[in-house]
Order: sequence, then C-alpha cells, then structure tokens
Amino acid sequence: MSWETVIGLEVHVQVNTNTKAFCGCSTSFGAEPNTQTCPVCLGMPGQLPVLNMEVARKTALTGLAINATINLESKFDRKNYFYPDLPKGYQISQFSIPIVEHGYLDIPVADGEKRIGVTRIHIEEDAGKSMHEGLEGVSHIDLNRSGVPLMEIVSEPDMRSADEAVAYLKQLHQLVRFLDVSGADMEKGQFRCDANVSVRRPGEPFGTRAELKNLNSFRFIKQAIEYEVARQIELIEDGGSVVQETRLYDSTKGESRSMRGKEEAHDYRYFPDPDLPPLRISQQEVDGIKAGMPELPGQLRARFESEFGLSSYDADVLSQTRELAGWYEALVAAHPADPKRCANWMANELLGRLKEQGSDIVDSPVSPQQLAGLLDRIADNTISGKIAKDVLDAMMQGEGDADTVIEARGLKQVTDTGSIDAIILQVMAANPEHVEGFRSGKDKLFGFFVGQVMKASKGQASPGLVNERLKELLKG
Amino acid sequence: MPFSTLSDLKARLDAGETTAVELAKLYLARIDAYNGELNAFVDVDHQHILDQAKASDAHRAKHGARELEGLPIAIKDIFCTQDGPTTCCSNILKGFHAPYDAHVITRLKNAGAVLLGKTNMDEFAMGSSTETSAFGPCRNPWDTARIPGGSSGGSASAVAGGLAPAALGTDTGGSIRQPAAVCGITGLKPTYGRVSRRGIIAFASSLDQAGPMTRTVKDTAMISAVLCGHDSGDSTSVVDAPAVDWLKACEGRDMKGLKIGKPKEYFVDGMDAAVRKSVEDALAKCVELGAEIVDISLPHTKYAVAAYYVIAPSEASANLSRYDGVRFGHRCENPDDLLDMYTRSRDEGFGDEVKRRILTGTFALSSGYYDAYYLKAQQVRTLIRQDFLDAFDKVDIIATPTSPIPAFKIGEKADDPITMYLSDIFTIALNLAGLPGMSQPCGFVGGLPVGLQWIAPAWREDVLLAAGSAYEAATDWTTKAPASFGGAA
Amino acid sequence: MDIDVHKVAMLSRIRLTDKEAAHLGPQLGNILGYIEQLSEVDTTGVKPTAHPHDVAMPQRVDAVSNANRRDTLQKPAPNTESGLYVVPKVIE
Repeated sequence: MSWETVIGLEVHVQVNTNTKAFCGCSTSFGAEPNTQTCPVCLGMPGQLPVLNMEVARKTALTGLAINATINLESKFDRKNYFYPDLPKGYQISQFSIPIVEHGYLDIPVADGEKRIGVTRIHIEEDAGKSMHEGLEGVSHIDLNRSGVPLMEIVSEPDMRSADEAVAYLKQLHQLVRFLDVSGADMEKGQFRCDANVSVRRPGEPFGTRAELKNLNSFRFIKQAIEYEVARQIELIEDGGSVVQETRLYDSTKGESRSMRGKEEAHDYRYFPDPDLPPLRISQQEVDGIKAGMPELPGQLRARFESEFGLSSYDADVLSQTRELAGWYEALVAAHPADPKRCANWMANELLGRLKEQGSDIVDSPVSPQQLAGLLDRIADNTISGKIAKDVLDAMMQGEGDADTVIEARGLKQVTDTGSIDAIILQVMAANPEHVEGFRSGKDKLFGFFVGQVMKASKGQASPGLVNERLKELLKG
Repeated sequence: MPFSTLSDLKARLDAGETTAVELAKLYLARIDAYNGELNAFVDVDHQHILDQAKASDAHRAKHGARELEGLPIAIKDIFCTQDGPTTCCSNILKGFHAPYDAHVITRLKNAGAVLLGKTNMDEFAMGSSTETSAFGPCRNPWDTARIPGGSSGGSASAVAGGLAPAALGTDTGGSIRQPAAVCGITGLKPTYGRVSRRGIIAFASSLDQAGPMTRTVKDTAMISAVLCGHDSGDSTSVVDAPAVDWLKACEGRDMKGLKIGKPKEYFVDGMDAAVRKSVEDALAKCVELGAEIVDISLPHTKYAVAAYYVIAPSEASANLSRYDGVRFGHRCENPDDLLDMYTRSRDEGFGDEVKRRILTGTFALSSGYYDAYYLKAQQVRTLIRQDFLDAFDKVDIIATPTSPIPAFKIGEKADDPITMYLSDIFTIALNLAGLPGMSQPCGFVGGLPVGLQWIAPAWREDVLLAAGSAYEAATDWTTKAPASFGGAA
Repeated sequence: MDIDVHKVAMLSRIRLTDKEAAHLGPQLGNILGYIEQLSEVDTTGVKPTAHPHDVAMPQRVDAVSNANRRDTLQKPAPNTESGLYVVPKVIE
C-alpha cells in the first residue's frame, strides 16, 4: 500500500519597511551589532509599542493578492516565552484575530494548476540573533533584528509532495517580491520556512505531524521534506509511530534531529496585548490598497501576450520579476515599433549576456533606452542584426551607446548602390565559373555570392541591398 | 509653610516673596529631618534638586514663569527619570538608571517643576501598604506605626508629612486614591488614556494610570493640566480625548442640581462603621450644598476584586518577563547555565508579593485555565463597566468611601494576601472600567484620616473637580496636618 | 485549590525552593480559590473587555527616528562584549 505525504507550510516573510514594527529603529541589514536598537525594541522598563502603518498596509496588500478576507478589526496578542534574544519575554503577534484570513494561491503542477489554501497571515515582530560559534560557555546576543516586522503566512495542509511545497514557496516568493512587500532574500533570513509534515494511507485521517524548522533554501526544503517523509514511513513500517515534535534540519549532514524537550516546556499563554488597542482598517482603506495593487505575474504574462503579441515563453520569462517586467516595459516605451523585437533582444541577447556575467537585470550596464537605441539602428538598416550583437557586446563593456560604438568601429551598413555594385563585380570577376554556373540554372549559387559579398564588405553591406543588386547584376 | 498648598506656593513665587531655591531648601530640610522616620523618599539628590531650582529661578527671571515654575514635586519611583536611579523599589532594578525620562516627567520639566526625589512604593506597585518595598516600609505621618497605604505610599506620606507640597503617583487598583485617603490628602486617577504611560514602569497596562497627589483639589488640577495630553508614543493614550478646563472646574462652590449616586454595594456591613459615618456625613454636607443623593446599585462590584486579581497579575506576569538579567537589572552571580540565570536572578530580584502575582498571572493564562480565569475575568470586566454606564444614565457622579478601613498597622496584614487585597475593594472597579476617580479627605476616625471617593463618567474629571472643590470649600479637612510633623491637627 | 506551583514557577522562570513552595503554594491556592467566585457570574454572550475604551490603535509613519545609542543603552547591562550582550550558552 502506498503512502500519501501531507504538508502545510508556515512562512515568515520580513516586511520591507524602513523601520521596525513597533519602534523607529532602522531595519537595514548588516549593521554593527545592537546599533539599531532603542529602549522599545530592547524591552526596557516602561517602553511601549506603536505600530508602523506600512506593516499593516503591506500585510493587507498581500492578503488581497491571495484573494483573502481582510479583517477590518484585528488584534495583537502577547506570546510568552523566555529566550535571551526575545527582550520583553514575549513576542507581539496576532493570535486570536489576524489581519488576513482565508486566502489561496494557485501553483503550477505537472497537469496544470493546484489551489493551495492560505489559512491566515498575521503580523508579528522578529526576535534578535543568538551567536554561539567559537564561544566557550557563553552566547552573544545581537538585537538589531529584534522588532523587525514579519508576516507569518500559514497554509492549509494542502500539499502532497516536496515538489508541490517548493512550487508553493516559489510562487509565494515571487508574489511578495512583486508586491514589493518583502525583499524575500533567503540568505538574509527575509523569507524563512517551517514545514509541518505527516504521512498517511490515502483516504485516512491526517497522521501525526513533525514540524521542520530552519529551512532556508528551496533546495534544503525539498531535501528536508523528503528526508522527513522517508523517516516517518520507515518508522511506521517498522512498527513505531511518529511523535509530534519540532525537528531541526541540518543541511550539511542532510538529516534532521529532534528538538524534543524544548517543546513540552512551552505554554505560550497568549493573551491580548494591553498596550495595543485593536487594529482597525476601513473598507475604504482596503479598497484604496486594492486599487494600488501592482499587476501580478499571471496578469502581466497574459497582457504581454495579448498586447505585445509575445510568445508564451517570452512573456513568461519577462514577467518573472517586477524588475524584469518593468525593464521590458521601459524598453518597449523607448522602441514602440516592435515589441517582439524588444522581447527577443531582451530575453535572448541581454539576459543571456547578463547570465554569463552572473548579474541581474537591475545591474545591467545597458539601460532600456540604450538597448532601444540599438534596436532603432537595426530597424533603420544602419546595421544588421548580426553586427548588432557585436555592438551589444561592446555596449556591455561600457563602450557607450549604440551610435557611439557603430561610429567608433565604423560598422555602419554600406547602403549606396555604387559601392555594393563595385564589390559584386569584384566577386563576379574572381569567380567566373560560378557566374556561369548560376546563369545556367544553378540557383543555389546565389547564396554563395551573398556570402562572398558580405565577407568582402566585412559584413557591413546591407543584406537587402546586396540581394537586390546581386539579382540584377548576375542576370548579366 | 511646609503644609502650604501648591497654589499658595505658586502665588508666593509669582509675587516674588520666595524663590524656587528657597522652597527646595525648605523641603530638603524637611526631608533631612523627617525622612528617617517616614521612609517616604528612597532617593534624594540634594545638589541636583538645588540645581533644578536655580535653573528655574533663572528661567523665571529671563523668560517668565511656566505653569509649575519652581514648584517642588516628589516622584514615585515608578517613573523613569534619567537624572538618577529608577528602581520601582525592587531589588531586580537596584542601581538601574533609565536612559530616558517618562513622558510625564518631560512634561513636568517643561513646565518648570523641580523634581523632588523619588518616593517609596510597594515593589512594582503591587500592594496597598508600601510594605513590600525593597527599601523597607514607609510610614504614615498621622501614626508612624501604621501604613501610609499603597502602592503610592511614599508620595502620600511625603505630602501628608509636609516633606513635599505635591507628588506624582500611579493607580492600577487604587494606588493613588487609597494612600491619599489614609494619609488625609487629595489624589486623582484620571480617565484611562488621559495620561501617557510611556516611561512609567508597567504593572498592569490596561489599568495603570498616573496622577497627582496633593493637599487640595485645585493643586490636583494644576498638575493634571500639565500631565494630561496625548502622547504619540503610547498607543493607549487616547488621541481625541475630550478636553477639560482643569482650573475652571475648581471654581465650583455649590452642588445645585448635582445628582450624586450612592451605590449600596459600597456602604455595607463589615466596613468600619466610623468610616461609613464620615462618608455619610460628607454626603449630608453635599445635600446642604444643593446636591441630590440617588440610591443606585453597581451589582457586579462584589466581583471586582476577583476579576482584578486575574487581569492585573496576568498582565503583570508578562510585563515583568523583561527582568531577565540580560540587558539591564539584576543578574545572579556565576549562573550555571541559562535557566539558572533566569530563575535565580528573578528569585533573588523579586519579593514575595511580586512572585505571588507573577505566579497567579502565569497560572491564569496557562493552557487549560485561560477560559475559566482570564477570559471569565474579562467578561466580568465588561459587566462592571456596564454597571457604571447604566448608573451614569441616572446620576452625574458617584460617591463612595475610598477605603473600607483607616490605615492599619504595619505588619498587620503582611502575610494575608486576600485581606490585603480586599482593602482595595472600593477603588478597583473604576480601574477596570477605565473611569476617573478622586479621593479627598472627609474626616478622621481615631485620629486617622478618612477619604471620600468620587467617580465620574469617562473624560469627566471636571465633574470630580467641581464636586470636590465645593465640598472642600465647605469643610476644613485639608487644613489639617499631623501635629508630630509640625502641623495643626 | 491544588496547583502545581513548581510547574507555574518554571513557566515564570522563578526558582522556588521547597520551603518557598510550601509557603507560596497554599497562598496561591487561596488566591485562586477566592477568584473562583467569578464562576457565579453568568457571562453567557458577554464580550470580553481587554481595553477600557473602544478605540482603535494609532499608527506611526514609517520613518527612522532612532540613531545609534548603543553605548548609552548598554550601560545598565550586566555583561556585554564588543557591543553584544553576553549570556550563558544558549542550547538549541
């Protein structure tokens, strides 16, 4: 009999605000330890929280993007536990009534799409960082991260494989970046995942689940879930049973270990935070947030296909991130004559070159306006497409915009009939037998002549004109 | 002079008859002479106080006087002040210097007040007698064998003993009004949300409110005018709180047309008969002044103490988790490990009453008990609040005794938590409802002061002040001061 | 009322000697016993009150207002090193 895997995910997404959730400290990454702290996020006596309005707005926006209900009144609760990186001894979170509930995300699966339920999104504050490495008997605490705003996005247990879990996470990752609600940089801990994993025989009730913590890359998530599923199946088939526990995945060893013992002692004693009255948001505000919602990847893809006539492949590539889509639209704006040419050149030539350099569209040394300048020169036959690729290489090296490179390298296409005729006649004189052959009906030789002429012109002869003049002159 | 009202001192300062420095010296001399006996102050920095007074005189000379220019005001040790230690009278904060001032301290400083040291209190404001202080018990100037009430006992004792003309206190379940009552002074707990809590060490966040403790109603108004107002740094500070003209409200001299509610649950068998009589006499005086007494009922009052002793300890149990020995405060010597650091630091730092409340609160919130304790208490809180709303449909103000008994002897109830808790039985309900309340002196029982408590609808401190001013003008209780401290009893 | 005072003390991170437990345990039991009178009140359908007034929370504009004050803020700390708070080893 086969086993079915059941996965639910809890994703902590750092909301990309300037300041922390409840105080005016900066959230910028990589500062010296404890230099971005204040009496509020240090939990000093008498200090009180005041919510950053952007946190509520961005969480509501995320909720709207997953078709969820926005609770016009939500509440903040205290989650109590002692830990040295938790200054107040409690975390401000939303327990009883979160700001967002009942949404969903459609994810791509082998045979189409699958709908994954999102139970809730709630706002909470992050803890600080404990450091142990290289320290004897002590730990060091940095509270720069203490109070940084997080959205915790909790899914329904709707995923049935590690691949589905990864597809969901990728979809969510793309979404929060699109909405500009999070940088979602996994290496900086801005997008962190815990997975609840269980197995069951198909049709039976859910099995006991284990919670996997510390999953900080798509690759590890897949590995960790697969390891856990195998562990649980082996356990059950050996006559044992799964214990509800938290397990920590060690990516270097490729295995997880139990954090048991810690769990039993926990009793979070949630209760409404008396320092924070209910968070209220009006329907007008919600409508305003909705009106300001950027186009989401699916919508963009569809519009790129219909409005610009792109292939579904190009449309997909160019709608992967907000930055790519924005870049493409800027390119089309600067070269409106031919959106498909824009897509070709951006998707194939530019992105290909950037990929070789290991850099991203936002770091492109060529601007959309500069690439448009190059495409203009193709359109007006100043250069051929082939020459244009060399020009783009030069532009990538910082040699200036298209016109500068074309001018400096003398790449301008030869378009006067006299010069081209001279080259053609030269070529014909050098190959009398081929001229004879063509004239006796060997049409294929036409290509030979084109090649020779282009070569003789160092590629600068206008291909159209070469064709036209060759036909004329070869006739004899 | 030491028993002068704040308004008198202000008049003398304004008339150039005295200076802030002279006043500071006067009260410092009183503190030097009597604090050994009363233990009302736990920190007094003579030089810093004189410096503030000098600066105030200079400000007056150069720019004119601000609202409280040169007036000395003692501060309960629960308000963070960056110029000296703030300990909440707990060993866990021994030697703690806050790197900030409480919002209301900033307001007092900006109004030109001279901060006259930190006053004694029950540890973390948990108590009704100022016996749980890490600095030892404070004493009542009317009888130094007795408690000054609590938790703002040091502030009450200082004002009653003429060691300060006025003081700040905080009130979570009666901690301004009950000590004011048993020390024979006036104390106001404003409507919840009227005064910023930022920088005031939290006990129970949904109940705590700071307020003045003074010799007269008008003095209370003078300080309230400075203390009250919105603070964007406190989410519970109400933005559009209806304004009160504090000083104008004190001009009332009669009670014509005033409907005073007399709740039957606050005049019961078991309370001190003489206390009851004092308060009923006071109500008779109100009738003479034109008021109408209306019998009312606040039926859920009898559950107020029980509800309070779930809600306050629950909030406190979380509020006091930050005292973990990591970023400030006491850390035990040579902890074996992290758990040892937590448990031993907190064991050594907290006193018994604080531990009792943390444990009570932790239990009430713990898994399996939340609904029966915490949630139930919050529902009862709703009913208590509704009782008051219903009553204020019929009356303008409610009058009750502040405390069921006069000051008791030090040590008398120290190890009997419930009896101790019941001494707040008349003050607790209005904290649960967020309403303003004021206690003012209304007589003596065996040489010990008795307090009359006024309760008004939310944001109607003006009603309290008007009634209190009329009663005060018609009686002479505020002129009394303890003879053994140089007063005219 | 009988409660496991050691468990509650552990949740509260307060060390409790057996002697203290023997003293505090019954006191706590009395307090909770007193509180039990709340069960007499019919609260069917009554909404809980967490805040005295029916008001919404204010919100803050997202602008950085705090500069680095690490040295001042760490002055009250029992143990720091190179700007980090030092605690006994945290075991995960």
